[in-house]
Amino acid sequence: MITGSIAAIGAGLAAIGAGMGIGKIGSSAMEGIARQPEAASKIQTAMLIAAAFVEAVALFAVVVALV
Amino acid sequence: MDCSHVFDFKVNRLVVVFTLFLAFFFVTPLLYAQEDTLKTTSAAHAEPEAEKKFNLGKFALHHIADSHSWHVIGDTYIGLPVMLYTESGLVTFNSNEFHHDDEAELVVEKGGQRFVKMHEKIYYASATANEHGQFVELEGEHHVKNARPLDFSMTKNVCTLLLSVVVILAVFLNVASGYRKRTGKSPKGLQSWMEPVILFVRDDIAKPNLGHKYERFMPYLLTVFFFIWFNNMLGLIPFLPGGANLTGNISVTVVLATLTFIMINFNGNKYYWKHIFTPDVPWWLYIVLVPVEIIGIFTKPIALAIRLFANITAGHILGLALIGLIFVFNSAAVSLASVPFALFIGAIELLVAFIQAFIFTILSALFIGMAIEEHH
Repeated sequence: MITGSIAAIGAGLAAIGAGMGIGKIGSSAMEGIARQPEAASKIQTAMLIAAAFVEAVALFAVVVALV
Repeated sequence: MDCSHVFDFKVNRLVVVFTLFLAFFFVTPLLYAQEDTLKTTSAAHAEPEAEKKFNLGKFALHHIADSHSWHVIGDTYIGLPVMLYTESGLVTFNSNEFHHDDEAELVVEKGGQRFVKMHEKIYYASATANEHGQFVELEGEHHVKNARPLDFSMTKNVCTLLLSVVVILAVFLNVASGYRKRTGKSPKGLQSWMEPVILFVRDDIAKPNLGHKYERFMPYLLTVFFFIWFNNMLGLIPFLPGGANLTGNISVTVVLATLTFIMINFNGNKYYWKHIFTPDVPWWLYIVLVPVEIIGIFTKPIALAIRLFANITAGHILGLALIGLIFVFNSAAVSLASVPFALFIGAIELLVAFIQAFIFTILSALFIGMAIEEHH
């Protein structure tokens, strides 16, 4: 029998959402760098910030699931 | 390449400081270390050790939590000072007097008062033990009803905080003296190692976000960046000088975020406050917008605190969970898969340690930059 809390499902859903979000950010950043390699460092910085925001939402969910 | 000159000069002073710091905690525990095992095993545990099922969640959460003693290896613990502010004044003793009891089974009597420790919290002991041999009154599974003294103990996290202060001071006093000695010349030693990082904070974090007023905020941004980075790295060391989870502690990250909150709001100019209280929208939208903007003041630092806390905590739990799989399946064969994967996660965590310091600093700079922005 599988035991566990429903919170784990919530954390998993949050991980799926964040995974899709960060994947989109990464792919767009890749496209941007491919089109304009000289702007790579600027794109990377912006990408990291955007990824941090998306990731934070997922981590909020994890914290809520833990609590 | 010969790098020995890096460690030539200040290293002796560093070693002395470290030794003194550690010696402070080493003296007492050695007296206790040996007899401890006997007492804990005899202390009321009826069920045999082998029948206990390995609880991965409990194991991981225990390892990332703060602690009153510092685990070295096996049954050796460094006792840290416990400082309690009770009704009759300050009471101090060495945490080894609890003999690693964490289930409130052993009572410590000090200054006419009795204390027990349960799940790393110290309570006033009850007069008699309950049916499990615990000197606390339980409500439900985990909630303890006993009163608690104010706990100002030097816990593992406090010691790591002090240790990181020593490390950061040693590094930066060295670098600063390097700049004083070699004004206008090329950097040398530790200085040439730190200079690119400091320039990174200046050119990639401060300047793009703060504009021409960046110099005023450089001290704060550099301090926050290096404090978080050094502590993230210290947290990744699994044995003695590291091992604590300082930046994965919500209290520490909340303090850091509060500092950013103060920096944002004390430097905010009239445009910043105008944007919050009288934005350029039709007046009837104020009912919605003003509360949202006011909440926004507080959610920024809260998000900063939780982001850092959750990232570091998640990283530590991941590593512990992978190693813990060996004990869940109770077979050494699992280590063939889990140890390389834990190593891989460890390498990623090195990157995350830097990225989180970077993110915290750049978001602080971004928010401060938004607050000091002049409108045209």
